[in-house]
Amino acid sequence: MNINNVGVVIVSHSLLIARGAADMVREMVGESVPLAYCGGNPAGGLGTDVGAIKVSLESVWNSKGVVVLVDLGGAEMNAEMAIELLDEHKRTNIIICNAAVVEGAVMAATESSVGGSLEEVKEAAEDAI
Amino acid sequence: MNLEMLLNAAVKTIRDHADELTTLDSAIGDADHGINMKRGFEAIDAAKAEILALPLGAALQKMGMTLVMTVGGASGPLYGSLLMGFKNLPENPTLSDVSKSFDEAVESVKKRGKSTMGEKTMLEVLVPVSDVLRSGNATVEAVLKAAEDGLESTRELQAKKGRASFLGERSIGHLDPGAMSSYLLIKSICKCYGVL
Repeated sequence: MNINNVGVVIVSHSLLIARGAADMVREMVGESVPLAYCGGNPAGGLGTDVGAIKVSLESVWNSKGVVVLVDLGGAEMNAEMAIELLDEHKRTNIIICNAAVVEGAVMAATESSVGGSLEEVKEAAEDAI
Repeated sequence: MNLEMLLNAAVKTIRDHADELTTLDSAIGDADHGINMKRGFEAIDAAKAEILALPLGAALQKMGMTLVMTVGGASGPLYGSLLMGFKNLPENPTLSDVSKSFDEAVESVKKRGKSTMGEKTMLEVLVPVSDVLRSGNATVEAVLKAAEDGLESTRELQAKKGRASFLGERSIGHLDPGAMSSYLLIKSICKCYGVL
């Protein structure tokens, strides 16, 4: 993992989808991108977990920034909430992408792996489909 | 203001109506509203001693944060923001204090949900209630009536937010589950003040 590359966090209502998307990123892009994923509500059912998202964000956070891929509405809102719970200096360079989870994660990671900036990584995700 | 009484009433109403909320949500949403709200309010109940030991504003803020961390769906951040919006409520608040905090809380919900009136959400209940509270001569009956009318107004609205918005015109004819939970919570609080 290259901590000088933009981090990628995958958040799905389903842990299986999040893990599967992360597997695809690892297979297609490799190990050079800081990558984390989470899925499921705090009780283990379908949904998202603010605490788990926060842990994921912290695990890949670096000064170059982090992009977040989310699936449905609640995931986006819970990701926003998790970002607000981070230390103040970490909040500003995290972007939630308006992108499909799987395609967006792979394209974001590809751009990150070649040293793209936070904005370039975000655009790559959002241009994916 | 007796927070313990209000907290107990809110927990009980969500517990009692969880299935009904989930059924409403299965018509136009993702069928988890009651389940999620119940998980959140059970967590509030479990943390009750700790919550009630805090000053009023901080207690409400902690209730909100408990929902944020346990609900697992959009209602977590939305109801969490609503409760955290009361963080400046002083001890022994006047009606004017409550109204001011309620306005701040409703603004937080609008901001969190990037939503406004007319989009078939909990705001159809919360905004009219905040208007009554602000009017200067709010009675418990008037608050309850505003909540009831707000809930009923969601039936004919087309959803613009959340999963229900994917249904387009097919969302018309159903009550909004978030408006229903807001109505139920407000009704449970009105009951504490002697209505019904």
